[in-house]
Order: sequence, then structure tokens, then C-alpha cells
Amino acid sequence: MPSPLTCAFWAVWALVFVRLAGPIAAADTIYVSNEKDNTITVVDGDSLTAVKTIPVGQRPRGIVLSSDQKSLYICASDSDHIEVLDLASEKVVRTLPSGTDPEFFALDPTGKLLYVANEDDSLVTIVDIAQGDVLTEIPVGVEPEGMGVSPDGKYLVNTSETTNMAHVIDTAKRKVIANILVDSRPRRATWTADGAQFWVSAEVGGTVSVIDAAKLKIIKRITFAVPGVPSEAIGPVGVAITRDRKLAFVALGPANRVAVIDAQTYEVLRYLLVGQRVWSLAFNQNQSRLYTTNGVSNDISVIDVAAQKVIKSVPVGQSPWGVVSRP
Amino acid sequence: MQIGWLSQSVKRTLPLSYLDQPPDDEGIQGARLGIADNNTTGQFTGQSFELVESIVPESGDVAAAFRDLAATGIRLIVTDLDAPRLLTVAALPDAAHATILNTAAPDDRLRAADCRANILHLLPSRAMLADALVQYLVVKRWRDFFLVTGHTDGDREFAGDIRHAAQKFGADIVADKPWTFIPGARRTDTGHFAIEAEVARFTQGVTYDVLVVADEEDEFGDDLPYHTFDPRPVAGTQGLVPSAWARAHEQWGATQLQNRFLRQAKRWLTDRDYAAWMAVRAIGETTTRTQSIDPNVISAYMRGDRFELAGYKGAPLSFRSWDGQLRQPVLLADARALVSVSPQPGFLHQFSELDTLGIDQPETKCHLH
Repeated sequence: MPSPLTCAFWAVWALVFVRLAGPIAAADTIYVSNEKDNTITVVDGDSLTAVKTIPVGQRPRGIVLSSDQKSLYICASDSDHIEVLDLASEKVVRTLPSGTDPEFFALDPTGKLLYVANEDDSLVTIVDIAQGDVLTEIPVGVEPEGMGVSPDGKYLVNTSETTNMAHVIDTAKRKVIANILVDSRPRRATWTADGAQFWVSAEVGGTVSVIDAAKLKIIKRITFAVPGVPSEAIGPVGVAITRDRKLAFVALGPANRVAVIDAQTYEVLRYLLVGQRVWSLAFNQNQSRLYTTNGVSNDISVIDVAAQKVIKSVPVGQSPWGVVSRP
Repeated sequence: MQIGWLSQSVKRTLPLSYLDQPPDDEGIQGARLGIADNNTTGQFTGQSFELVESIVPESGDVAAAFRDLAATGIRLIVTDLDAPRLLTVAALPDAAHATILNTAAPDDRLRAADCRANILHLLPSRAMLADALVQYLVVKRWRDFFLVTGHTDGDREFAGDIRHAAQKFGADIVADKPWTFIPGARRTDTGHFAIEAEVARFTQGVTYDVLVVADEEDEFGDDLPYHTFDPRPVAGTQGLVPSAWARAHEQWGATQLQNRFLRQAKRWLTDRDYAAWMAVRAIGETTTRTQSIDPNVISAYMRGDRFELAGYKGAPLSFRSWDGQLRQPVLLADARALVSVSPQPGFLHQFSELDTLGIDQPETKCHLH
């Protein structure tokens, strides 16, 4: 007959075993950059709670995972460099040059290059990650921010917030090949997975332009109207499009809503109430969830993509800006 | 594409505070930054912009300077002039086919009886500033105002706008007094004793929520905080100030404009710099959208429904068709912090909530057509 102690021993082991074999293995880890307190918050995707806060450089904004998913690249805007956070040790192990005031960036599909928007300098900087070198700088419009690399890596779309253009850059020639005038203060450029379109959000204009990537022409301008919210408060920023191009999500800034759009008909299906001043969006790997950063309420909202419902908000640091999900 | 700049050096009274002396290059630095921003954009559209600067000395002839600019074919002219000089140049035959962008005169009459079809106004009018402040005070439920007014025409106009706004938004002026005290050397040793005694005497015996001051030249307003008989906040031209721009403003990407300006001018961006930047950017934005450098095309587009300017205050900015005033949010800030931005939530309007600030179409006295 086992003693009570042995019972307790086995009960604990059974719990541990269930935890290990259970949903933990499938859950993701969410990383959020906090612009105002110079940290990255680590959120456990299973329990949806913040589990760690990692100090990083000054004013962290754009973040992106390395292609092997072992590191997180961080735009430390006021430190004027990019930091490489090793996700195993949770320490900054390296810095990369970026040009001044890096705000946002994109990783090329090979994982070797970073395309960086230098907001104060009207430049796009191309950084070789392995060498730790700046390869070249490409002049663009005033206050470059949005960066979207086509799925095949051949084109980079950069938006300039005060010039109001989407600049299409040929990544092989490293030259601007087209400039598409969009509505005021374009913030993000997001490609569809098939490479046929890129969508550009205009924060002050209050619209999203759907651009045909072959013709380099705007084919649809999506507008938004939220009952009870003044039109001036609708400021589209983050755009996320499902891989099958059935649904698109647009973060509407101070309207505190995420718009759900039928990505085939461009019809706005509904508005989901999230935290205050929602900017960045990121899917988890299987796109069952969407995370939003809410810069004023200092939290992230978790959206169930299939149900089109907000299921939780998780408090993070001050002024959360960027978000990524790691499987 | 040439844009004219016309300003006149005016000797300004020294403000009460030693900390913020008026810069010599106020306004024009904003216009120069606007040109730089336009040219960064212009490299993609094949357009280039040049500011043709005409700065008239205090004793100089502004009308002659305007005629000289117009004689070179320039039709879009940004001015940093007071109301009388602005009206003088706007009335010149040479100005008949020009568009003048006023970046310095906040006078209500320029948007009312003295409005002109060839002038656009970039700075908020005094009425807009007063409405922005009073909306906020009403939201705070600080509804009883003690109004103190300085001696200039501008002070009297702003005080009148505060009275009008109080009536419109449901506040009360419980005391309404001019400031007549002329202190001696107030910043010299022990001068603060006399000020303290005077302000306490001036504000004693009234029950009020907030002391609202109209003192645009900063002659006495900065003496009021902490000297009142009862502990009351100060707002208006000092204390909590409604303004087009504020040093502490960093929302909606404003940090970028602040940084660009600091780097160029080596000082902070003021309201007049901001207005001049917006004037040049409005022209640049229109040139990009219309692909035209024809001043008539530009002027018509700027006044139209499709024009929108991003001014780092969230909402898109546009010109009111009835008086040429740029509709815009107004910041409420003190020297160190942004406190709020008007229009306040809940002040509703049929077309644009920005039109709850200033003179709306049904009440305008401007009849341009």
C-alpha cells in the first residue's frame, strides 16, 4: 500500500506529464515591444499571461523573428541600431547598424537581409545580418515607415508618411522603380501570400489601398465607418491578411477597433472592439489567432480568427508597439 | 515651383518670462522645412520647390515688397504679417490673382467682416482657441470663470471670444476685470512680493473655478499662477494654453516633425513656424495630387473637398469653404506637458467635429461670393 507521500509524488508527476504532453507543445510565445519603457514583454500563448520582461535598447518599435526563429531583431529607435535578442538566453547578444532612427523593418525571405526604414533620414537601409554591415541606402520620401517584402523577395514596398507614397523598390537593383500616391500618412504595406497584391494603410486618410502588384495600380480603396466613432478617429495602421486571402484585418488606431474584411470582395464584415489606439497586428503560425498591440491601454488583444471574436486582453509594458508570435 | 515668403521684422515686446525670447527667424524656419519636405517628395514626381524670401525691415514698404514678388510671376505667397499689413497687400491689384497664405494673424475679423477671397488662414483664429479651451474647461466642470483681460486689441478680442464660448458651451463668467496694474521692476530682487500682494488683492472675494487670462504679449499672465487668493488654476494665454502647436506635443508622429525642425533650426518649433510649414506643405501636397504647378489649379484644389493635409494632429486638415480657415484640432498644453486636444469628445457636429471650434458656416459674417 503506497504511503500518502508516494501518492503525492505520483500526483505531481502526473500533473507534470499532462502539462508536458498537453497544449504547451502547441502553444506559441508572443513577443511585444514596449516603446516607452524600453522592454520586450514575453507572453505565454497557452496561459495568455505575461511571463517575462526583458530590458532592451531605447524606444523599441519594429520587431521581427529571424528565419530560424532563434532570435528577435529589434529596432531600437533612439539607440540608432538594431538589437539581436537571443531567445534562448533572453539576452541581447549583438547589435547591427541601421542608420539613424530605425522605426520598422522587414526580413527578406532568405533571412539574410534586413530592410530598415530610417524615419528621420528619408532612407531605406539594407543591412547584411551575417556581416553586420550596411550594404546600401536608398533615398525615399519623408518619414519612411511601412516595409513589405514580396513573398518571392524581388520587391520591397516602403511607405513614406509625409510624402504619401508607396515606393516600390527592386531588391536586386536596389532602386525605386515605382511611386504610387496613396492617401495621407501611409503607415504599412502588407503583401498577400500569393504576391498578387499589397495593401497600404493610410492613417490620416482613413483608408486602405489595395494595389495590384503587377500593374502597380490601386484597384480598390477600402473605407471605414464605425457607428458612434467620429471619422477623424479612424486611423488605419496594421494590416494582416490570411494566407488563403479570405480575410483581412485592419487595426484602426484611436477608433479602438479592428476591421474584419472579406479579402475577395473588400467588404468590411465587422468591427471588433479591442484596446485603445491599436496599431500592430500579428498572426500565430496556423493563423487561428491574431494579436494586436494597443498603445494607450498598454495591453494586447487576442482575437480568435475563426470566431472573429476578441477572447482576451493581456497587460504588457508601456506603449506596446510591435508584436510577433513564435511557434 | 516658386513659393513666395513675405514677412516684416517687427520689434516685439520682451515677454515676462526670461526663458522664451522670441526668435528672429520665427515662421520662416517652418517654411524652409516645408520646402525641404516638399523637395524630398518632389524627387519622385519630378517637381522641385524654391522659397523666394522677402523679409522687409520694420520701416520698409510691405506693399512694394509684395509687388516685387508678384512681378516675378509668383502667385502663391506665404505671409507672416499682422492683420493691417495683410489686408493692405491683399487689396493690391497685384494680389487679385494671387493666393495669400496667412501664417501669423489670428484675428477673427480676417475670417469675418474683413475676410478676403484671396487669403487662406493656417493658424487657428482666436475664436477657435477660445472654443477649444472652454470645451475642455466645461468637460472638467470648471464652469465658473474669472476673466482677466490685458490692454491690447488682441487681448480684448480673445476675452470676447471666451465670453462667447462660455455662452455657447454653458460656462459662466463670474468676474470680468481688466488688468491695469503696472508693476515696477518685477524681475529684480524682491519684486515678487509686490506681485504676490497685487494678484491676491485682485482675485480676492470672488468664488470661481478657473482664472482665465487674456494677455497675448505675456506682460503679466505669468505672474498669476500661485499668486491668486484662492488656490485656482490659470488658463488662457498663460497656464493651460490653447495653441496650434506645443513644445510637449509628441502624439500622431509629431516627434518626427519636432526632431526635423530642431535639427534644422536649432530651436523649438513655434505656432508660427508650424503654420508656415503647413502653408508650404499644403502647396506641396496639392502639387503632388494634381500634378500641376498652375497656381489657379492649386488654389482651387486646396479649397476643395478632396484636399487633406496631415498635420501631426491625427485628423486630416482642410480649409473651410466659407472663410478660408484651416480646420484643425487645437492642443491644450502648458510649458511642460500636453494636457488635452480639442474638440473634446461629445461636442458633436453635423459634418465635422472640427467645426465645433471657431465660427461655423451658419453664423459666419464672411461673404466671399
